Amino acid sequence: MGSQSLFNYVLSLGDDALISAQRLSEWAYKAPYLEEDIALSNISLDLFGRANLFLEYAASLKKEVITADDLAFKRSEREFTNCLINEQPNGNFAATMVRQFFLDAYNKLFLEQLINSNDKQLSAIAQKSIKETNYHIRHSSNWMLRLGDGTDVSHAKTQSAINDLWTFTSELFEMTENEEEMVKKKIGVDCRELKSNWDEIINDIFKEATLGRPQDEHMKTGGRQGIHTEHLGHMLSDMQYLQRAHPDAKW
Amino acid sequence: MTKKEMSPWEVFIQPKTGAHFQHAGCVHAVDKEMALQNARELYTRRQEGTCIWVVKADHIVSSSPEDEDSFFDPANDKAYRYPTFFKVSKKAKGL
Repeated sequence: MGSQSLFNYVLSLGDDALISAQRLSEWAYKAPYLEEDIALSNISLDLFGRANLFLEYAASLKKEVITADDLAFKRSEREFTNCLINEQPNGNFAATMVRQFFLDAYNKLFLEQLINSNDKQLSAIAQKSIKETNYHIRHSSNWMLRLGDGTDVSHAKTQSAINDLWTFTSELFEMTENEEEMVKKKIGVDCRELKSNWDEIINDIFKEATLGRPQDEHMKTGGRQGIHTEHLGHMLSDMQYLQRAHPDAKW
Repeated sequence: MTKKEMSPWEVFIQPKTGAHFQHAGCVHAVDKEMALQNARELYTRRQEGTCIWVVKADHIVSSSPEDEDSFFDPANDKAYRYPTFFKVSKKAKGL
């Protein structure tokens, strides 16, 4: 049972990274200009690398022989336990930047704590990932400033994206029973303790970018229980197509 | 609110600490931070450098093709400007 709860914990962290990476990768060759196209693809690849580390570790915790690819490509929607914000569609460029900014701020705070995990593997993954995330948040928060304090159109689109995505932000700071157990064992991070620092990062950028913070109303949750928004299924049908159509295909 | 236009920036990379910065290419950007980040994305993805300079392209003063004769031809027959009349010690390394 002990190893099952660690498996579930690591899997959920892997799912957050994987789904975020896959969503961001949809910008490849479609970004507003060449340099940003490469920037988004690089960030997506950082997240794929992180997903791979988490999922390989999760796979190693199973008695049966499975791989990270099995976990990524052979589970159905209800078996994914990523937080809902990761799967939200890219929308326009401002909407993607808002989503990434919310996630980068969260990941930065989360990884800074995960470094202290008693689990050496998780701590090592966090140490590698925090360097990447420190760059990611620099990228996304700069865009928040440019877009929020940019033209009337960029401001309106950014504010609209904030209003749409806000409903998914409180889930990041919720704790499942399994996560509570991980905190007790000093393996996991207590997400509730990250909230005030996250608020501070968000509020500072909102203020500088002349953006407004919405009220916490009708906040959505369910990702950690495998209950997703309608967007995840479509993403998985695309991401998993090859392994579903040609099981165990290799190249 | 301000609207900024994209403009070209020249990128220089220092391959290792203490080395000369070398021209790597150019990027488009609206401000210094974006120029720096875009340069990082395009030119240092494979650990090519330890430091990046970005310079707005219109801040670079360039000689023009018409200057070629007056700038460079006079050096053509001045062999004494080359340090080729010295014997290099075999023990000297890093030259």
